[in-house]
Amino acid sequence: MTTASTTARAKALTRYRLFWPAVVLAVLLLANLAFTSDFFAVHIKDGHLYGSTVDILHFGAPLILVSLGMTLVIATGGIDLSVGSTVAIAGALACLHISEAADPASPGTVFGAIGIALGTAVLLGVANGVLVARLGVQPIIATLILMVAGRGVAQLITDGQIITVTSEPYKLIGGGYWLAMPFAILLSGLVALLTALLTRSTALGLLLESVGGNPVASRLVGIRAMRLVGLVYVFSALCAAVAGLMVSSNVSAADGNNAGLWIELDAILAVVIGGTSLNGGRFSIGGTVLGALIIQTLSTTVYTIGIPPETTLVFKAFVVITVCLIQSPNFRAEVARRGAGRRSVDRPRPATTTNREVGA
Amino acid sequence: MNANALVTRVRGQIPLLVTSVLLVSMFTVGSAQYDGFFSGQVLLNLLIDNAFLLVVAVGMTFVVLTGGIDLSVGAVVALSTMVSAWLVERHGWPPLLVIPLVLLMGTAAGWVMGWVIHTFEIQPFIVTLAGMFLARGLCYTISIESISITDPSYTAMAQTRIPLGDLFVSPSVVIALLVVAAGFVVLHYTRLGRNVYAIGGSEHSALLMGLRVGRTRTTVYAISGFCSALGGVLLTFYMLSGYGLHAVGLELDAIAAVVIGGTLLTGGSGYLLGTVLGVLVLGLIQTVISFQGTLSSWWTRIVIGGLLFVFIVLQRLITVRRR
Amino acid sequence: MRQQPVLEVRGIRKEFPGVVALDGVDFRLFPGEVHALMGENGAGKSTLIKVLTGVYPADGGEVVLAGQRVRFAGPLQAQQAGISTVYQEVNLCPNLSVAENIFIGREPRRLGLIDWAEMRRRAAELVRTMELDIDVTAPLDNYSIAIQQLVAIVRAVDASARVLILDEPTSSLDREEVSRLFTVMRRLRDQGVAVLFVSHFLDQIYEICDRMTVLRNGRLEGEYLTSELNQVELVSRMIGAELAGLDQLAGGKRRERSAPTGDRAFLRAQGLARKGAVEPYDLAIRPGEVVGLAGLLGSGRTEAARLLFGADHKDRGTVRIDDAETDLRSPRDAIGHGIAFCSENRKTEGLVGELTVRENIVLALQAARGWARPLSRTTQDKLALRWIRALDIRPGDPEALVRNLSGGNQQKVLLARWLITDPKLLILDEPTRGIDIGAKAEIQKLVADLAEKGMAVLFISAELEEVLRLSHRVGVLRDRRMVAQLRNDDALTPERVLATIASGAEQ
Repeated sequence: MTTASTTARAKALTRYRLFWPAVVLAVLLLANLAFTSDFFAVHIKDGHLYGSTVDILHFGAPLILVSLGMTLVIATGGIDLSVGSTVAIAGALACLHISEAADPASPGTVFGAIGIALGTAVLLGVANGVLVARLGVQPIIATLILMVAGRGVAQLITDGQIITVTSEPYKLIGGGYWLAMPFAILLSGLVALLTALLTRSTALGLLLESVGGNPVASRLVGIRAMRLVGLVYVFSALCAAVAGLMVSSNVSAADGNNAGLWIELDAILAVVIGGTSLNGGRFSIGGTVLGALIIQTLSTTVYTIGIPPETTLVFKAFVVITVCLIQSPNFRAEVARRGAGRRSVDRPRPATTTNREVGA
Repeated sequence: MNANALVTRVRGQIPLLVTSVLLVSMFTVGSAQYDGFFSGQVLLNLLIDNAFLLVVAVGMTFVVLTGGIDLSVGAVVALSTMVSAWLVERHGWPPLLVIPLVLLMGTAAGWVMGWVIHTFEIQPFIVTLAGMFLARGLCYTISIESISITDPSYTAMAQTRIPLGDLFVSPSVVIALLVVAAGFVVLHYTRLGRNVYAIGGSEHSALLMGLRVGRTRTTVYAISGFCSALGGVLLTFYMLSGYGLHAVGLELDAIAAVVIGGTLLTGGSGYLLGTVLGVLVLGLIQTVISFQGTLSSWWTRIVIGGLLFVFIVLQRLITVRRR
Repeated sequence: MRQQPVLEVRGIRKEFPGVVALDGVDFRLFPGEVHALMGENGAGKSTLIKVLTGVYPADGGEVVLAGQRVRFAGPLQAQQAGISTVYQEVNLCPNLSVAENIFIGREPRRLGLIDWAEMRRRAAELVRTMELDIDVTAPLDNYSIAIQQLVAIVRAVDASARVLILDEPTSSLDREEVSRLFTVMRRLRDQGVAVLFVSHFLDQIYEICDRMTVLRNGRLEGEYLTSELNQVELVSRMIGAELAGLDQLAGGKRRERSAPTGDRAFLRAQGLARKGAVEPYDLAIRPGEVVGLAGLLGSGRTEAARLLFGADHKDRGTVRIDDAETDLRSPRDAIGHGIAFCSENRKTEGLVGELTVRENIVLALQAARGWARPLSRTTQDKLALRWIRALDIRPGDPEALVRNLSGGNQQKVLLARWLITDPKLLILDEPTRGIDIGAKAEIQKLVADLAEKGMAVLFISAELEEVLRLSHRVGVLRDRRMVAQLRNDDALTPERVLATIASGAEQ
């Protein structure tokens, strides 16, 4: 009986949504220990925290932000390919404003820059939202437009140059420290927390999951799906814009060409790894954060091991395909069919275990 | 045919008409505006500079006609340039062996993606996204740096000019046009081609009519893979190098060319001729911008994005009206 | 016996988890006849067709085609053996030309390439033999559904069909189009094709069919010559209850109920209609009143209800709620006016399968409040637990995923969802279909109690006994028309309702 309840508990744990992403992250982190013995060491220098794990969080902050917006978009059954362009546009606008200002270091200038970037992001998000929710264009196609044009717009803003800025307050967003922590970590953590609060302590999460899970039924219970879906694209653009500010602030420069390049793909990946299905419905903010950290850790690991960083792409390819296969009902059915003969011995009645768990 | 039917039929051709008008007016305006613009060679240069894009767009047309999408094309092009350069330069393999091998590799890659999409019912964009990651990543496992090609047969292909009266084209143009012709015949005169249209029109119906949906879909991605590999080969003739950063964003150009060429992104409707026009429009935008001189290259992307917007909204209005 | 049947089914059996869809059904189809397959929801019609066309394998029994036992692995084999099916939703490709739709998959070829000229010539010829005047090079979606259906038939017949199954081909056709289809069907019959015809329109059955087979609850009810079975007998065989014993079946005497008095209707619909769905109808529902809608499957019951909920847009007519004219443009509008609608398609139109019981229960209330005013978790739990207990939803775990529940429990979750919004009018579309007897009785009792407390209820069911037991008034629909509204007093017998359905006029 004790063994039974232990296995049942173990099963319940593996069923827990964040279990597998957490395991993968832990394994990746531990793998680093083999190459860098002081991987987990965190020390304080000049009142700032330093260490590999801090770096992962720091460099992963923009990806976490973009992935948060992407999570909500995917929950409604959509996708947003334009976030990379939005990252570039936001960074470009902010840096342009600061570089042209009389006093780049004044808080007024920086807040102005942030305001311009976020305001533009709202417009871009509304554009996507209107195409998807109002005109009914497939999300992948609707956001493709801005993905293509947005890069051009970003370069237009920067005039094809890299705009460098020197502004202490602006530097804080992506490259500064606050309470010994990199400010970017705090900022992305704060946004993640706000997103979780926004979706889970209001009814937003439930309604989004309903729209993504069954659009027809959602209409019949009177959910204003059009408005919600539009809103989600605006949120996604806002998250991308904050990420854009962070990226440009960290290097004190706006690069219309390369800022946020391919970040939409990493974000989609983070969301999928985090356990949110591309078909929409149930989403997990915590899972997405873990997913983004897994991707960042993967990049860091590849880098420390000494493999050319560009080959991270190969690993990502395998991660994508594995996760998608696991989510594919056809694939699971196939595996179950092939494994049925063998598994019938060591797993006699899986259904009973589950029922007992539900009843308990 | 009654008037109503005529209207419906013409409506289906609106995007193609718009593209043709666009092309002609762009060329007219360009000719009026800039010296030396109005020449046959400017037109032929469009083909010379975009031969590889044309080939890739042909493959993309097949995929989009079934209602799918292939994001891996740019990466497969890059991988093809990389493998070609690596085998020819680093290992001294003869081009006559390398080129077929590269084509086979691209086809196989496409086939596998098509198989995964069909068998496990995973969305095409995510499968081809994985393909894109893999192909780009493999480029870098070969080499981070660009490998330049000095093999005489490649340089010969790069420098050969096939005269057409006073004008000339490159061998790549001939190859690209052959691919277009072959694509046209397959799409319009073979059962495979008609099945492509049928699946794009209604996959469910195609199944119930007893068509081989799975095999067609797999073949279509294999064709796209083949075209990408061939596009990569043509790009090595043009650039004389293999590089993991070649053809970045090419998938977007190819999709844009297909859409501007009037093919419905939901599948089932469109022509290869439209795709050719779409590629020419993209090329002409670049030409105009370079002739203008004061406009910077990023205007290309903005204009393409704008055109995409117009055509996608146009498509949407046409399909909604039809219902 | 005139001749050998071309298709014969003996003792066919098909089970799905928890349901026996076909239980030892026999069925014969002769060449040169039009044969109707009749039955209500769950009778096994569509399962039988799917077994015949190789979509489902049978669990028992045999299918004999032209004297030989056959077993199809899929629709393609069935087609090759000569059994073709044309469905209600035309399964052709709208983007291809008429000629291609007829020939795709077996195009005439020359030197391996498609011979377009030959294909067009042959297509034009085939279309002419059907007396269709259409351009075979035009895309299929240039033409009406009726023409598309005829093209589908051309395709089926040219692929050498001996058996042609027409599954509800007339549901979206107008009168003229139907007569055109019938002309074609008669011609095929005269050529010796065996035609199996499924339709919900009784008049059509009597106009075109020679014989009919009636199924009920997965069993064979009987095979009849159309000329020897009148409409009342047919309807009672389809609906099935032994007429005399209706009240006993219902578990006692019909409840004595006093119809609510007063003229004040909560909702009053006038001339409400939607093309292709339901013809203009009037309906008034008073608070505390249960109005039943009776009629066969496809008679327009659901369509009529959807207009009252704003789920479909009306073409004409008006709706007055509490004596004020109201335009219900969306379900949200209707919900705002206190109307609730439990769809008959629980899975596709009702529940969100991957959400929990609790979430599904609070969904409508939450949607009405908007996202910014969430119900607290405590309130949600309290509501969920209260209704789980009140309706005896099992398992009693509010956090269980709704897709794992049985049909009856899912139905109760759906009911709970709407009951917590405290609606003034509750529209129930087949709330007891496919659920066990116990749950059924509970739901019926609940409806009666709700009405007693003043809720207006529109109760749609294919089961007459249920409708008669619960309703104060019964609206009868037939062929998309509301043909009568009968007061449910002692004079109203099931026979009268049946006769009204069968004849299409108040009896």
